[in-house]
Formats: sequence, C-alpha cells, structure tokens
Amino acid sequence: MDWEALGLSLSLGGWTIAFLLPIGILAGRWLAWTKFKGKEAVEALLALPLVLPPTVLGYYLLVSMGARSPLGQAIEAVFGQGLVFTFEGLVVASVLVNLPFAIQPMQRAFEAIPREVREAGACSGLSPWRMLLEIELPLAWPGILTAMVLSFTHTLGEFGVVLMVGGNIPGETKTVAVAIYDRVQAFDSEAAANMAALLLALSFVTIGISYVLGNRRSPS
Amino acid sequence: MKRLPSLLAAFLLVLALPALARAQEKAPVVAAAADLQFALTEAADLFTQQTGKTVRLSFGSSGNFHRQIAEGGPYELYLSADETYVFDLAKAGLTLDEGKLYAVGRIVLIVPPGSPLKPDGSLKDLAAQLKNGTVAKFAIANPEHAPYGRAARSALKSAGLWSEIESKLILGENVSQAAQYATSGSAQGGIIAYSLALSPKVSALGRFDLIPADWHDPLRQRMALTKKAGATAKAFYEFLQSPPARGIFKRYGFVLPTE
Repeated sequence: MDWEALGLSLSLGGWTIAFLLPIGILAGRWLAWTKFKGKEAVEALLALPLVLPPTVLGYYLLVSMGARSPLGQAIEAVFGQGLVFTFEGLVVASVLVNLPFAIQPMQRAFEAIPREVREAGACSGLSPWRMLLEIELPLAWPGILTAMVLSFTHTLGEFGVVLMVGGNIPGETKTVAVAIYDRVQAFDSEAAANMAALLLALSFVTIGISYVLGNRRSPS
Repeated sequence: MKRLPSLLAAFLLVLALPALARAQEKAPVVAAAADLQFALTEAADLFTQQTGKTVRLSFGSSGNFHRQIAEGGPYELYLSADETYVFDLAKAGLTLDEGKLYAVGRIVLIVPPGSPLKPDGSLKDLAAQLKNGTVAKFAIANPEHAPYGRAARSALKSAGLWSEIESKLILGENVSQAAQYATSGSAQGGIIAYSLALSPKVSALGRFDLIPADWHDPLRQRMALTKKAGATAKAFYEFLQSPPARGIFKRYGFVLPTE
C-alpha cells in the first residue's frame, strides 16, 4: 500500500471540492434561476467533461499550461514554477474535470426550491447574503453535499488527466489511481490489489452516501 | 453537528498534506528507464542503508521522461536507456553536463508457460511459429519513445520478421509494461530487457533467451544530473558509479562501461 499516494489523492480531492464549492453554488444558482439566450450552450460547455475523453482535456491542458506556452511562461514568471507535473497543476485539471459533477446536482437542488419561498424571503427584506445563508443553503444542502461527495470520489479515481498533466512523480503527482497502474507494471500485484480494493470500497461508500442523501431529499 | 469542528480540522489537515510533505527535506525524484525497475530499486535500497538518505524512483519510458524534463519536470537525476536523450537535454542546457554511461543493455525473447513458442534467441522458432499462425499477440515496448522498443524492432527487422509480426504486436508504454504483457499469458511472448527477465518476479513467469547483441544498436544507457539536482541526488549519482552499485547492475545482466 502506497500511503503517500493515498494522502496525495485525498488532498487532491479536498482541494478540488474546496474550489468547487463556491464555484458550484454560484454557477448552480445562476443556471437554476436565470433564463438567457445561449443558456443551453453554457450548460453543454459545463457538462462537456462528462463525455470528453480525459486525454483530450489532458492534451489541451498540457499544451496551454506547458513551459512553451505563453500562459505556462506567465505562470512560471509569477509563481516561480509551472503547473505541468506539479500538484497545483493537478488541482487545476481536477477542478475542470469535475465541473459537471459539482454544478449539476447543485443546479437541480436550487431548481427544487419553490419560487414562492424565495419571493417570501425577498418580501421580508432579507439581503441576498441572508437569503443564501438562511433560506437557500438550508434547503439545497443535500444536493450540495451530493455534489461534493461525487466530485471528491471522482477525483480519487481520475487517471487519464493525472497521468498526462502530472506525470508519475512520487509525492507530487502519483495519486492512488496512478500508483495502481505503476505497481502492476512493477509486477507488484499485491500492492496493486490492496489499493484497488481500497478504492473500490471507498467509491462504494461515497456513492452510497450520495444515494442516502438523494432519498432524504425526496422522501417518498 | 457538534462534530463539525473536528471534521473541518481533519479536512484542513488533508488539504495541507502536500505542503507538509514539501516542508520536510524532500527526497529527490529520480527519473529512470523502466528496464531499471528492479536493479535500481535494489541499488536505491543499498544507498539508503549506507547513507541514511532516500531517493524517490519514478520508472517509465526514457522518451517520456525526456519530454517531461524538457517541459520542466521536477526530476533531479535522469537515467535514460538511450544516451541520445541525455545528449539532447545537455545541449538544451537542462542537465549539468553530458553525464556518465552507466550500463549497456541487452534484450531477450521471453515466452510464458503454455506458449507454443520456444525461448530461442535466434528467433528461428518465432519465424516458424509465425508461418504456422500460432502467434496471435507479441509484446514489445513502444518504439516511438522506448529505447528497448526500438531495439526489439531492430532485432525483428534483422531477423526479417517485422512485416509479418507488425500486425500482431501489442505495445507497452515502456519495457516494464511490455514485460507485463509478454508474461501475462494473453500473449505468446515478447521482447523485453534482459535486466527485467533476470529479476525473480519476472523469471518466475517465463523462460527467456538472449537475442544477439549485433541485431540492434547498442542500448547505451546514460545518466545525468539535471539543473535541479541537490546534494542527495548528487550523492546518489556518485553512488551509482561505485563498485557496490556496479555489482548490482552486473547481476542484472548489464554490460558495464570500463572506466
């Protein structure tokens, strides 16, 4: 068992959902309650990572953030190091890959809040902030939690993008999913089997949690 | 919701893991050609025993590491299976110098138990079995970016088998994965590094025979420190040129350069 890789994966999942929580809430609310021209295009764009092969995204990230690209050079000039083959680069990639996993459940949750409830809040003179904190979030939280759980688990399992953008660097970009691949190549099937079983169990538990939350949201 | 603060604390701790790991004196990352999977792991363990210092090994195809180092990958030492990659990085100013030749590799034909193929390094039996149609899949490393894949391709061309076997090839990302494919039982055999075949884990999975060295360009393996190298990486580089490390390379079938 590669504990370093496991720690790295958990941390990557943590950072990913830390970024996706505010992004998801803002985007989810916006998409749930606003109608505008081209909304379908925006929704399609945000849902793209669901169907796009991870290698396509990996390729574009490698090209756009690499040491030879203007963006890559700008990042290197500001932070002293580039994003490709670093943990930070993985976080960027992971946030992009998980956009639909975070935004879609949140959007559904915000859509489910009756219009009258929000109007009543607005009539009582609640500021937008207090509306969010006292009315919207308490009603939408199962959807938000589902989004976070899904994004986190999906990050643990992400492989293609991690390998392309991160390489396979111990302690920096070698996540559990990549470590399994690595151990199989090293003829170390015992470690591969342990890590695979752990990911299987972890995925089952987290998906289970999201179903439990889903049932709680819509009691039948 | 009383547990919320401790949950939050645990979450923040997880977030901080990479930073914490970085704050410690970080063991240098070594990019190593996949044929070194077993030999270098053994050498690194001995290095740790002797010095108390550790290095972190990342194995893959030499071509991939060449690309990663060119794009700013954080490796401190690069052990390539093809010296031209090292010369190329040296020319680009990414390594300290042109480094050192540390080993010359050989390739073998390996066949898993139950395969119709005989472990015959002259590839005569492979030619016969190809005619019989008993070879459906044959593993080598990807010649595009793996030196051992290129050597395998040269050997198959020397034996006049390339055009016949090309459609039956399964390509490993690197020679270690090719060895995995070749011995999995799903392929009838493959051409892999001698150094991998000699390891207990792989030799338990198949029989092998050396392919004549003049059927391919010599696999001149060269290592160099990158511009990012710190003290530990430099110590490891020196250690790999010392008699104990050379002894390990020799045991894994490498031909050693003379001083």
